Amino acid sequence: MSHFIDRRLNGKNKSAVNRQRFLHRYKSQLKRAVADSVNRRSITDIASGEKVGIPSKDISEPVFHHGAGGTRETVHPGNKEFVTGDRIQRPEGGAGGGAGQGRAGRGGKGEDDFVFELSKDEFLDLLFEDLALPNLVRNQLVGATEFKYTRAGYTTAGAPNNIDVPRSLKGAIARRTALGAPYRGRLRALEAELAALLAEGLHETDPRVQALREEIDRLKTRLAALPFIDSFDLRYQSYVKQPEPTSKAVMLCIMDVSGSMDQVRKNLAKRFFILLYLFLQRNYDRIDLVFIRHHTVAQEVDEDEFFYSRETGGTVVSSALNLAYDILRERYDSSVWNIYAAQASDGDNWDSDSAICRDILNEHLMPLMRYYAYVEITPRQHQSLWYAFQEVRAQHEHFAMQEIGGIEDIYPVFRELFKRQEA
Amino acid sequence: MTHRMISESSEWSFPLLERFDREIGRIADEVYGLDTYANQIEVIASEQMIDAYSSVGLPINYHHWSFGKQFVASEQNYRRGQMGLAYEIVINSDPCIAYLMEENTLPMQALVIAHACYGHNSFFKGNYLFRTWTSADAIIDYLVFARKYIAQCEERYGQEEVELLLDSCHALMNHGVDRYKRPAPLSLAKERERQEQREAYLQSQVNDLWRTLPLADGDGNGEPEPRWPADPQENILYFIEKNAPLLEPWQREVVRIVRRISQYFYPQRQTQVMNEGWATFWHYTLLNRLYDEGFVSDGFMMEVLQSHTSVIFQPPFDVPYYGGINPYALGFAMMCDIRRICEAPTAEDREWFPDIAGQDWLKVLDFAMRNFKDESFIAQFLSPRVMREMRFFAVNDDDREETLEISAIHEEAGYLALRQALADQYNLGSREPNIQVVNVDRRGDRSLTLRHSRYNRRPLGDSVEEVLRHVRRLWGFDVRLEAVDEQGRVQLVGEA
Repeated sequence: MSHFIDRRLNGKNKSAVNRQRFLHRYKSQLKRAVADSVNRRSITDIASGEKVGIPSKDISEPVFHHGAGGTRETVHPGNKEFVTGDRIQRPEGGAGGGAGQGRAGRGGKGEDDFVFELSKDEFLDLLFEDLALPNLVRNQLVGATEFKYTRAGYTTAGAPNNIDVPRSLKGAIARRTALGAPYRGRLRALEAELAALLAEGLHETDPRVQALREEIDRLKTRLAALPFIDSFDLRYQSYVKQPEPTSKAVMLCIMDVSGSMDQVRKNLAKRFFILLYLFLQRNYDRIDLVFIRHHTVAQEVDEDEFFYSRETGGTVVSSALNLAYDILRERYDSSVWNIYAAQASDGDNWDSDSAICRDILNEHLMPLMRYYAYVEITPRQHQSLWYAFQEVRAQHEHFAMQEIGGIEDIYPVFRELFKRQEA
Repeated sequence: MTHRMISESSEWSFPLLERFDREIGRIADEVYGLDTYANQIEVIASEQMIDAYSSVGLPINYHHWSFGKQFVASEQNYRRGQMGLAYEIVINSDPCIAYLMEENTLPMQALVIAHACYGHNSFFKGNYLFRTWTSADAIIDYLVFARKYIAQCEERYGQEEVELLLDSCHALMNHGVDRYKRPAPLSLAKERERQEQREAYLQSQVNDLWRTLPLADGDGNGEPEPRWPADPQENILYFIEKNAPLLEPWQREVVRIVRRISQYFYPQRQTQVMNEGWATFWHYTLLNRLYDEGFVSDGFMMEVLQSHTSVIFQPPFDVPYYGGINPYALGFAMMCDIRRICEAPTAEDREWFPDIAGQDWLKVLDFAMRNFKDESFIAQFLSPRVMREMRFFAVNDDDREETLEISAIHEEAGYLALRQALADQYNLGSREPNIQVVNVDRRGDRSLTLRHSRYNRRPLGDSVEEVLRHVRRLWGFDVRLEAVDEQGRVQLVGEA
C-alpha cells in the first residue's frame, strides 16, 4: 500500500543553517577571497554577488585512505586490442590507475579551488565586516513624510479583500450557538417527554404524541433557519497608517577634475566612492548622492558627468567646499539628514587656497558632518592641501584622511577609515 | 486494449500517480512476488532535492558545516547545469520513503516508482546486510533524536565545541562500523550464572595467591603488562566511545550517534552494484509488463527506454568522461544474465553455473538478492558472457615496474582471474585501509596505538597526520600509528 504526500510547499531552505555554518567556518579564507575580488572586479558590478574560491585542501575532510604506491589490480570495461601480458605506459593523470580510491563526494574536484557563489548580501557582509559608520545616528523621526500600514486587530467594516475568514466563521459559530440555545434546550426536553410517552406504550396516533411531534418539527425548522453566516459575523482585518521613522543620509562626493587627475586616478576615486556608497546603503534606508566636481570652479553634476567628462585647468579646492556648504544649507538640514562627505584629489591646489579650505571646513562644514573622509591619490610628495587638512584633523575627530597609491590600496584604506572604533 | 490505457499525457497528477502505483504494485506483488515495505512517496521540488542531497540523502540530520559545503557544491553544479539531479532518492526505512521530483514527466515518475518503491524497497527489505545492520522501522526516529540531542549539546556546550567533536568523528566514520555481529546481550539469569562462575574462579585465584608468598615487585623482572585490548579492535569509534579516558558522557553519546549513522550506511556502501542492478532490473521488467498488459502507450515506453538506456550506459575506459564501472550497467547486466542463464542456458552456462542453469529465475534472483553483497555476488554470478559483452580487462599497477601489465582479459584463460579481480575491487576490506586499535599503554602515558595492516604494500594517503590529530582529540592522549607489512615488519608511521 502506498501513500502519496505533496511536500512541494514545505520549506525549501532546509540547508540554510548548514550553509551558514560552512561560511562561518571558512570566514577568514572567504574574507581574503572577497578582498581580492573587490580589487579585481569592474566598477559597475561591485555590488553583485561574487564567485569566490577557497583552496579545496583547506576544506577537505580527512579520512584514512590509500595513497599512491604498492600494487593494485583494477578492472575496466571496453577492451579493444589488449591481450593478456601486454605492457602499457602509465597514463598521464592516472585515468587508468586511480579508480580504486574513493572518488565520490570528498571535497571539491581534485586540486582545483572549491568555487561557489556568495549572494550579494553575504558578499557585502564579508566585505564590510568589522566596519562601522562613525557617529551613526539612525531612525530620526522626520516630519510626517513616510507611512507604513500595520495590522491593528479586526473591524466590523472593510473591503471584501480584507475579510478574515477564520475570524468570521468563528463568529458565525458563536452566533448560531447562542441564538439556537433556547430552541435546543426546549427540543431536548420535548424529545425526552416524547420518549417517555412512547415508553408508556402510547400509540403514534395518540394526540399527545402527535402534538409533541409537531412541536419538535417546528423547533427543528427554527433551528435550521438560523443563517450559516450573517453579515453581522463578518470581520475584516484592520490596517492603520503609522508614521515611519526614517533614516536618511546624504553623501557628498567631491572630486578634483583638473588636468592632473587622469582617468586612472578618477577610476581609483570612483571605486572609493562606490565602496562608501555601498557601505552607507547598508546603514541607511535612503541615501541621496550629491556629486561636486571642481577645477578652478565647482559644479554640481550628475553621476555620468562626474566620472567620465574630461576637464582641464588649475585647481581651487575651496570652490567645491563652498558649493558643498551652499547645497547643504539649501537642501539638507543637518537635524534631519545624516551628512557624509568623501573627497578625492591628487593633492594639487592653488597655494594660497589651502588655508581657505581649512577655514571653511573648520567653521562651516565640519559642524554639520557625521564624517568627512579625504583621500589623496598621489604618488608624489604631499603639497600644501595635505598639511592644511592635517590641521583640520587635529581639531575634528570625525575628519579622516588617507593616501591611496594604487588600486590595491583602496580597500585597505577604506577599512582603515571605517574600522570599528572601540567606544 | 486501449481501454486499459492509464494516460497518454506526459503531465503527471496525483490521481495518475496513484493509478500507476496501484498497477505496478499489483504486478510486483502478484506476478513477481516482490516483498516490500509500505511506500511513502513524497513529491518535492528541485531545491528540496538539493537539500536532500546535502544531508547525505537522509530526510533529517543534525547540522554540520560539511553538509553545507555539500549543499553549496551541488547547488552550484546544478545551477551551472553541470549536473542533472537524480530523479529520485529512496530511504531505507519502514515505510520506505521515496522522493519524486516535481519536474519529472509522467513516464519518468512511473519509472521512478517502479525503480525506487518496488526495486530498492524490496532490496532493503530482503538483503541480509540490511536485515543485519539496519533497523528500517527505527531509523527516522533515531535521526530525530540525534538531531535534537546534538542541538541540545550545542546549546549547552557551544556550537564550536560540538563542531570540533563531530569533525573528529567524521574523520573516523569509516572506521566506526561493526563488520561482525556482537554477541547479543545475555539474559539476566545467564548473566548471574556467569558472574557466579567468575567469582568462584577469582576466589580460587586469590586462594592461589595466598598459598605462597608473592615475589616482591620492583626488581625489574616483573612480567610485561599484557596487551590491552587483548584482541585488536577494528571499530575505532566504538573503542573510543567505550574507553577514551577523558570524554564526557555527552561526548560519548555524540560519538555513538556518528557511529550508528555510519553503521546505517555500511550495507549501502557494500551493495551498490547489486542494489542499483536489482532496482534497474525491476523497473525494466515491471514497466515492460505494464506495456504488455496494455496500460501504457508506445510513446510512454519510448521515453522510459530512452532514460533507461542512458542510465545503464557504460562508457569504455578510453573516453575522457570515463569514471570507472557504472554500477547500474554492471548490476543490470548481471541480473538480466542470471535470468537468461535460468531460462535459456548455453553449454558454457551449464558448465559454469550447474546449480542455477535451467532453474526458476525468480527463485534464483531472489536468493541472490537476499544472500550476497557486491563482492560475493560478483565472485558467484559474474558469467563469462557478461565479461565478454562488457569487454572487461584487468590492469596490474605495480609501482616497482615502469609499465602497467594487462593481467587478464575476457578470454577462456582469463575469466576466473578477471572475476576475482573485479570482486576484489568491490571488497570494502581492500578498498579501505585496514586500521585497528592494538594497544593502550594503561600504566604509562595512556597512549593509543593503531596499526595499519598493509595490503599489497599500499601506503596510506597524505591525510594521515590530520586524521591522527582528530584521533588524538577524541582519545585525549598521544596516538601512534604503526604500519605492518606483509612480512610482519612494524614501522612507526605517525604520531600525534
